Amino acid sequence: MDFAQAFWILLLGSLLGLELIGKVPPTLHTPLMSGANAISGITMLAALTLIIQAKNNLPLLLIGSISLGFALFNVVGGFFVTDRMLAMFNRKPSKNSKLK
Amino acid sequence: MNITLIQSLINLLSVLFLALGIKGLSKVRSAREANRLAAFAMFLSVVGLLFYYLGTNGITQQSWLWIIVGSFIGSLFGAILAKKVPMTSMPETVALFNGCGGMSSLLVALGVVFFQKNQSLIQDLSISVSIFVGAITFSGSIIAMAKLQGWLSTPSWTQNKVRHLINISIAIISLVAFINLIQSPDSSNIWLLVISSTILGIGVTLPIGGADMPVVISLLNSYSGIAAAAAGFVVESQLLIVAGAMVGAAGLILTQVMCKGMNRSLISVLFGGTLASKSEKSSSGGEYTNITSCSVEECALTLEAANKVIIVPGYGLAVAQAQHTLREVAKILEQNDIDVCYAIHPVAGRMPGHMNVLLAEADVPYEQLKEMDIVNPDFPAADVVLVLGANDVVNPQAKSDKNSPLYGMPVLDVQEARTVFVIKRGMSAGYSGIKNDLFDLPNTSMVFGDAKKVLSELMTELKDLGIGAK
Repeated sequence: MDFAQAFWILLLGSLLGLELIGKVPPTLHTPLMSGANAISGITMLAALTLIIQAKNNLPLLLIGSISLGFALFNVVGGFFVTDRMLAMFNRKPSKNSKLK
Repeated sequence: MNITLIQSLINLLSVLFLALGIKGLSKVRSAREANRLAAFAMFLSVVGLLFYYLGTNGITQQSWLWIIVGSFIGSLFGAILAKKVPMTSMPETVALFNGCGGMSSLLVALGVVFFQKNQSLIQDLSISVSIFVGAITFSGSIIAMAKLQGWLSTPSWTQNKVRHLINISIAIISLVAFINLIQSPDSSNIWLLVISSTILGIGVTLPIGGADMPVVISLLNSYSGIAAAAAGFVVESQLLIVAGAMVGAAGLILTQVMCKGMNRSLISVLFGGTLASKSEKSSSGGEYTNITSCSVEECALTLEAANKVIIVPGYGLAVAQAQHTLREVAKILEQNDIDVCYAIHPVAGRMPGHMNVLLAEADVPYEQLKEMDIVNPDFPAADVVLVLGANDVVNPQAKSDKNSPLYGMPVLDVQEARTVFVIKRGMSAGYSGIKNDLFDLPNTSMVFGDAKKVLSELMTELKDLGIGAK
C-alpha cells in the first residue's frame, strides 16, 4: 500500500466521520456511543490478517487469536447491547392507549 | 473476475453501509435498523477478507483453528454479557467493551513488532501509534468501568495539583519511548512504551469524577477508533483505516455534543479534577438549616389533590430498580385525571440518554418524557414535583450562586413548583459532592427511604385513599 494513498484515505475517512453526526437527540447519545464502540472493534480484521499471515508461527497465532477474541467481544457485545437499548424505543405505547 | 477487484467492491460496500449505519444511529426512527446495517457491514468485511485470502495465498488449517477458537470465545462472552447486563450498568459495559477494542489493537501491534520482521518506517510509526493509543484506551476504559461500578473511588491524593506534574512526566517518558521505537524496534523500547502509556491512561482517568465519566468513555471510544486506524496502517488494510478514522472522528463530535449538554468544556473534564474538590473553596458548603421531612401518607394526600404532577427521575431511581413501580404509581395518578409527565435532564442517569432507556424499559410512553428546555416553563404550573434519586440536576445553586462549581450548568427549575417532594435515602450529597440548596427551601419536603420502598408504600396509600379505583 502506497504511503500517500493511505494518508488520503485517513484524511477522507476522518472528514466523513466529522460530517456523519450533526444533531443527535440526547435520547440517542448512549446508543450511538455504544454502536460506534461496536464498530471500533473493526480491528478484528487486523487480528484476522495477522493469524492468516502467521502460517505456522505459534506465538503469532496465539497473539492473533487472543486479539481476535478481544475484538469480537467488543463487536458482538456492542451490537447486541445497542440493539437491546434501541428495542425499547421502538416499543409502541399500546398499554397507554388502552388506558385512555 | 479478478479476486482483488471483488474484494475491493465488497470493502467499498462495507464502508458505505458503516457510514449509513452511523448516520442512521443519530435518528430515533432509523436507529435500530442502522445498528443492524452496521453489524451486517462488519460481517461483510470479514467475508471479503476471508474470500481474498482463500482466493490468493490460501488459509492454513492451523490458521482456521485459531480463528475459530478466538472468535468463538470472544463472541460467546460478548453475547452473554450483552444479554445479562442490567440496563442500569450500561455505561460501564460500554467502557469494558471499548477497553477490549483497545486491547485488540495493542495486541496486533505487539504481534507484528515481535514476530514479523522487515517492517517499513510507516509500519514502525503506525505500530508505535497503535501501542500508545491502544494501551491508553485499555487502561483508561478499565479504570472508568471500575469507578462507575463503584469498585474504585477517587483517591484524595489524585486531586492534588502534583498529579499534573506526574502525568506530564509519564507523557514525556511515553514520547521518548515512542520516538526510540520508531528508530529501533527492540523489546526494551516496546515494553517501555506499553507500560508508560498504560500508566498514563490510569493517571489521566483516575482523578476524573463520576459525573464526568460518560464524556471520558466517549473520548476513549474515539481513541479506540484511532487505534483501529493505526492497526490498519500496520496490516495495510484500507478498510480498517477508513472505518477507524470514521469512528474516531464521529466519537470526537459525540464527545463535544455531550460536553455541551453538561455545560463543561473537554479541557475542564480532563484536567479539572472532580467538582467536589473545588466546592471546598467556594462559599457554598455548609450545613442544612431548614430541612422538612414528611411521611409517605402526607405525600399521598398532596398528590391526590394535585392536577399536574411532574416527575424528575435520577440515577437513584435506577439503582433502586424502581422504574416499574414508578410507572404503576403514575398509572394510578393518570386514572385519577392527574396530568403526569417526566422531566428528563440531558445527563439524567449516568450517561446522556441513559434515563430514556431506563424508563422505556418500564413502558413509560415516549410522549410523557419531556426534555429540559420544554419542561422548564411548565414547573410554575405544577402542583407537585416528585424528585426521585436526582440531586445535582435540580440544584438551584447552578443559577443563583456564582461561586458554586455547578454555576452555569443547565438545571431543572423544580423549585418553581408549588410543592416539591424529594425522595432520597439520606442527606448525602450528589455525584458532584455539593450541597443542594433545594432541600432547604420552604416548599420542599424530604421523604426519606429507598425509592422503590417509598413508591410501593405510596401506591398503597393512594389506593387506600380510593383513587385509581375508578
